Amino acid sequence: MRPLTEEETRVMFEKLARYIGENMQLLVDRPDGSYCFRLHKDRVYYVSERLLKLATSVPGDRLVSLGTCFGKFTKTGKFRLHVTALDYLAPYAKYKVWVKPGTEQSFLYGNHVLKSGLGRITENTAQYQGVVVYSMADVPLGFGVAAKSTQDCRKVDPMAIVVFHQADVGDRVPVVVTAGPQGGEGQKAASLER
Amino acid sequence: MGRKLDPTRKEKRGPGRKARKQKGAEIELAKFLPLANDNIKKKLSSHGRKRAAKRRTGPGKLQTEMNLLLVKKAGAAEQPSPQKRKDPTGLKEKASHRHHQPGFSDDNSGWLTPVTKHAKFEEKEDEHKELSDSEGDEDSWENEEDNGSNEEIVDDYGASSSEEQELLPIEQAARKDKSDSEDDSEDEKQGSRPSLGQKEEEDTDLQLNVDIDEEFVLPSCEEIQKETFEPPDLHVIHQRIKDNMEVLKDFRNKREEGRARQEYLVLLRQDLVAYYSYSDFLLEKFMEIFPLPELVNFLEANEVPRPMTIRTNTLKTRRRDLAQALINRGVNLDPLGKWSKTGLVIYDSSVPVGATPEYLAGHYMLQGASSLLPIMALAPQENERILDMCCAPGGKTSYIAQLMKNTGVILANDSSAERLRSVVGNLHRLGVTNTVVSNCDGRQFPKVLGGFDRVLLDAPCSGTGVISKDPAVKTNKDEKDILRCAHLQKELILSAIDSVNAASETGGYIVYCTCSIMVEENEWVVDYALKKRNVRLVPTGLDFGQEGFSRFKDRRFHPSLKSTRRFYPHTHNMDGFFIAKLKKFSNAIPNVQKDEEPAIEPASQEPAPEPTSELQSKRRKLEGSKVATGKKMQRPASKGSSLQKQGRASKAVWPSPRTLGTRPNSRKKYKMHQSGQ
Repeated sequence: MRPLTEEETRVMFEKLARYIGENMQLLVDRPDGSYCFRLHKDRVYYVSERLLKLATSVPGDRLVSLGTCFGKFTKTGKFRLHVTALDYLAPYAKYKVWVKPGTEQSFLYGNHVLKSGLGRITENTAQYQGVVVYSMADVPLGFGVAAKSTQDCRKVDPMAIVVFHQADVGDRVPVVVTAGPQGGEGQKAASLER
Repeated sequence: MGRKLDPTRKEKRGPGRKARKQKGAEIELAKFLPLANDNIKKKLSSHGRKRAAKRRTGPGKLQTEMNLLLVKKAGAAEQPSPQKRKDPTGLKEKASHRHHQPGFSDDNSGWLTPVTKHAKFEEKEDEHKELSDSEGDEDSWENEEDNGSNEEIVDDYGASSSEEQELLPIEQAARKDKSDSEDDSEDEKQGSRPSLGQKEEEDTDLQLNVDIDEEFVLPSCEEIQKETFEPPDLHVIHQRIKDNMEVLKDFRNKREEGRARQEYLVLLRQDLVAYYSYSDFLLEKFMEIFPLPELVNFLEANEVPRPMTIRTNTLKTRRRDLAQALINRGVNLDPLGKWSKTGLVIYDSSVPVGATPEYLAGHYMLQGASSLLPIMALAPQENERILDMCCAPGGKTSYIAQLMKNTGVILANDSSAERLRSVVGNLHRLGVTNTVVSNCDGRQFPKVLGGFDRVLLDAPCSGTGVISKDPAVKTNKDEKDILRCAHLQKELILSAIDSVNAASETGGYIVYCTCSIMVEENEWVVDYALKKRNVRLVPTGLDFGQEGFSRFKDRRFHPSLKSTRRFYPHTHNMDGFFIAKLKKFSNAIPNVQKDEEPAIEPASQEPAPEPTSELQSKRRKLEGSKVATGKKMQRPASKGSSLQKQGRASKAVWPSPRTLGTRPNSRKKYKMHQSGQ
């Protein structure tokens, strides 16, 4: 486990800024303590300082996870944002998209959002802007990229894609089939009953 | 001549509508009612006579007369007095003794027997036969009439409708049975009896059936051998189990002569093994833990899955809101109970519960109800350091985190890397941020990291409490598995205790829990910990659940084990569970307190363990190398003795095995001391 290098920090912040803009500082200085990013096995973890103290005593090869995983660096040095970061990015998101109840499931299965499923969209969304997708009940569902700007969204036909799917809460975990009778689809329901 | 016809009184005749009109109450009823004038003796049927008599005398009188009847034996053939209710006409007097019961005066009387006296049926039968022969002629004309009316009045049980106000024959019979002696029950001539009076016969049959079961016969060796060759007939086995249990419940009365209780038990065990598909070993263990009626309930409960329960993630939502959202999706649910503020039980659902958007957003977790209990016992406070030694798949860890509201620090550890992935997934999904997940062997623990405020040890076990989830446990567990689990659990609990900082202000607690009901894995392990470390049991804070055993078969545990809790599937409708809460009151490790006197000098402690016994060396192995323990002995020995003295002072309340001066060499003495507690 080590802190991020300059290069890595820059790459990561660029990616985050696509979704939350300039609110980066809010992530680091939080009211309940200061948080930092640490790299462990190519994954970026967002941890609070007191957690860090405990985590450093765990041997490196035995450490699996700490705090929240934001994403990972690929072999070529690009940063891939994971949906596990959603809870932290959602409150600071600048551009949001709300989808209708019927389209929730479709988005959770990995499909793009069509105009017919679009509930609301923030004004002035540029094309290819990173957005956070919400359900109508204001539950964050995932990340996306706006395929059309807000103006264009009004003009297109209902079958056109308006948001590209990037990550949703349904794919945050590896595939584990539950043991319960109503376990749900294997790819979505991740945890074993306990 | 002239018109005699009075149009006002003209009676309409013919098939028309006017002919069918009723003419008025008086006219209509007159057709049915007997004339008020009794002198015009209409020929009444037996029922008619009875009804008439009743009308005259009134119901109360009849009952007393019936009672009189019941008491009198049929031997008294001529009983004119009780018959007065039946016999307005003198015609029936000859057959009167027949009618001291609600009898039948027609030619059915040969085989129709009245219902009242069951014990003396034979005699009555004979009488009836005689009577019918002799009086057949005289009564034949009556019989014809009676036939007509009998058919509509008499039902199969020999009870007439007019007797509804009186006791039903079966009730009369019941009353009679109570007053009769028991010799009647030996009457075996049911088969030859006529089929009517059936209800009463059934009554006696019931009595007899009970008697037959009293004589539940153990199958002979040949029968047993025959059974082993044939495929098992489950109905027969089930019935035999039931019968066997009946006998064993009331063994003194219902036993077969010359057969020992053991034989019944052996048969029961074989049957249970065959019926529920358990291994012999496991069933024996269960028979030791549960009394017999409970045993069957327990086995039955293991066949059925427990209801699905979920736990609300209070970090993200409230139970009320979650329930509402799920109900909107079509899930049928209820709060779990008064003891839980976050649990919900799901009865049925039209959507898969593990795949709703709420689940994916981390608003709840699928978790068994019994898994909520150890955390409630642990009671983690905010800003504490908590260790969860066997955390997979992460349900309990996330509950701890939610109770701490994401403050403090949790170290979630598990020795299996694949299962850790589900832990990570669950923690992320539920929004837990104060956790570090590690993949160490639990036994390494105080070395890796120590000084925690609370430790939760959900030890790997044989799983005998969750057979309903995993039926393979029924057959694949044997003695070795249980002992192996127990050994591992003992090591883990010692490590857990060592990882806690007794001096922590808010904590110093260890919760040990398993999903097993075996005494070897539960009470024995806790007792072992009590002997080996400076811990004591404290109440778990759970007000329901069965107390743990403080003695079992030939073992005696510390009496404070009564504060542990056991949960069973058949009594609490949750998975079998065992929970114990320990408080550590001193950080010193008392691995040398096997000597007589409490006030021991440091120097003497070293040679004391030298004369090693098995116990000693085993302990050494568990706690690491010999050198290490030697060092441990030396270092805390000097200051440790004072601590130990302190410790002992605070322990003055309960006698510790250590202070009673047990020596590892003399095991017998050790055991005696144990039982002395």
